[in-house]
Amino acid sequence: MRNVALWGAASAVLAFLLLPLLIVLVFAFDASSVQVWPIHSFSLKWFYATWADEEVRSALLVSLEVAGLATLFASVLGTLAAVGMNGLSSRAVQIGSFFLTLPIALPGVLTGIAMNSFFTALEIPFTMMTLVIAHTTFCTVVIYSNVMARLRRLPRSLLEAAQDMGATPFRGFVSVTLPLLSGAIVSGMLLAFALSFDEVIVSTFTSGSETTLPLWIFGAIRLGQHMPEVNVVVFAVVAVTILPIIIGQKLAASASRE
Amino acid sequence: MTGGRKLLGHAALLLPPFGWLTVFYLGSLFALLLSAFWQVDSMSGEILHEWTLDNFRILVTDSTYRVIAERTIGIAVLVTITDIILAWPLAYVIARKVGPRMKLVLLVLVALPLWSSMLARIYSWRLILGHDGVLNWFLRTAGLPEQSFAFTNVALWIVFTYLWLPFMLMPLVSALERIPASLPDAAGDMGATPFQTFRTVIFPLAIPGMAAGSVFTFAVTLGEYVTPMLVGGAGSEFIGNVVYSNVGVSGNIPFAAAYSMILLVVVAAYMLLARQFGAFDGA
Repeated sequence: MRNVALWGAASAVLAFLLLPLLIVLVFAFDASSVQVWPIHSFSLKWFYATWADEEVRSALLVSLEVAGLATLFASVLGTLAAVGMNGLSSRAVQIGSFFLTLPIALPGVLTGIAMNSFFTALEIPFTMMTLVIAHTTFCTVVIYSNVMARLRRLPRSLLEAAQDMGATPFRGFVSVTLPLLSGAIVSGMLLAFALSFDEVIVSTFTSGSETTLPLWIFGAIRLGQHMPEVNVVVFAVVAVTILPIIIGQKLAASASRE
Repeated sequence: MTGGRKLLGHAALLLPPFGWLTVFYLGSLFALLLSAFWQVDSMSGEILHEWTLDNFRILVTDSTYRVIAERTIGIAVLVTITDIILAWPLAYVIARKVGPRMKLVLLVLVALPLWSSMLARIYSWRLILGHDGVLNWFLRTAGLPEQSFAFTNVALWIVFTYLWLPFMLMPLVSALERIPASLPDAAGDMGATPFQTFRTVIFPLAIPGMAAGSVFTFAVTLGEYVTPMLVGGAGSEFIGNVVYSNVGVSGNIPFAAAYSMILLVVVAAYMLLARQFGAFDGA
């Protein structure tokens, strides 16, 4: 009897987590231009209409560029941080991790307004560059923690062996450590990309006149405009963020089995 | 390799990431702190770099801002408590009731909403709670009275609870997983009822997990303005909304900076509190 109640409650919570996601995906196929449940007729017509929308396309392009560049910079910074901190005292690692996590641990509004004050105070105009800087700052920790987790499991003997064979530390890093870390770096990059691609709060404060896809969605929902297109864009965003996550998780899982 | 050269190697590797962080993030927090003591020229809209406590004076004396801060913190606490309650049954099943295969499936299902778009998840509740939405269709079909939660603080509570539930589930699952099966077994052997075992053995050992989860649910709710704007109503403004409108509409960054300091102080205080309950011991 107790078990029935437990499983019932657990299933209800799982449904609460998943049903809204399912509902939002279904609405993309709604032929109607007003949001009414149940959906009367299904159609792909809003997919075509959305793809043809110049605003949506340019927002998508901005999002892809920002997420791509931020992921690239973050992967370099995050990997350097992990490799540099590996082998330091656990106290030093703790302090370093704390600082790297700050931009993501503190509320987004705070990170956003802080960066806004920074660029305003230095009279740096808000462009795609400020967006990339902001996104890189909070994406770095994702790469860092992924690489750090992998490094902890790597036997030190591998690198020592390379050095015994006469490899310089740089050579040892490039030909031994880096290949072993590549899986962790790639899965971290997928997570970072998804994180940046979906970011709205920090973006609002650092975007100036640039519109990313989440900013476009946010604006459209707020004003109640283009709702059928919002459905389609939301569908696409969920698909684009979920896929890298699943691939990333798979990569991380298979890397930890090695 | 000598110790000195090794240290130099570490420093060279750490310079780019921590240089970046120092300039762009710590620099930003510093700029935020400074801005809070500046003010905006009411005529030109330019920021005046003259020290003043006016922003803080307004925050303390104008009750509007106190009410908004109380609402923000109150709802963040409510959401955290609701998430703790909702997380328990599912976390318990995932951690202690299913095999490794099923566990993996359930963990992926829980992580799915966590990683999919936040805006999409907020938007889904507009489709559910709206007048012609899924909830009212369901209530009509079941012969129950229709509800109008859309654009109320109730909607805010539901949506926040939904958004951050996975943040509570994950650490609770790992806390429950770490409890060795022998402990509840021993309690049972000693004659404890299942409820006594839960209350005196399992629950206390899960406190660090709940504390860790609550840091997320509390801090992210606190810093929000998107959800209040999209599903909240007239009386749903959060601290973040004031910050947002002071940057976007009226261009008063110094005031926004001063108000956002409350977030920094509250989150820092909460983290210290959560640390007492072992929130950061598991990592």
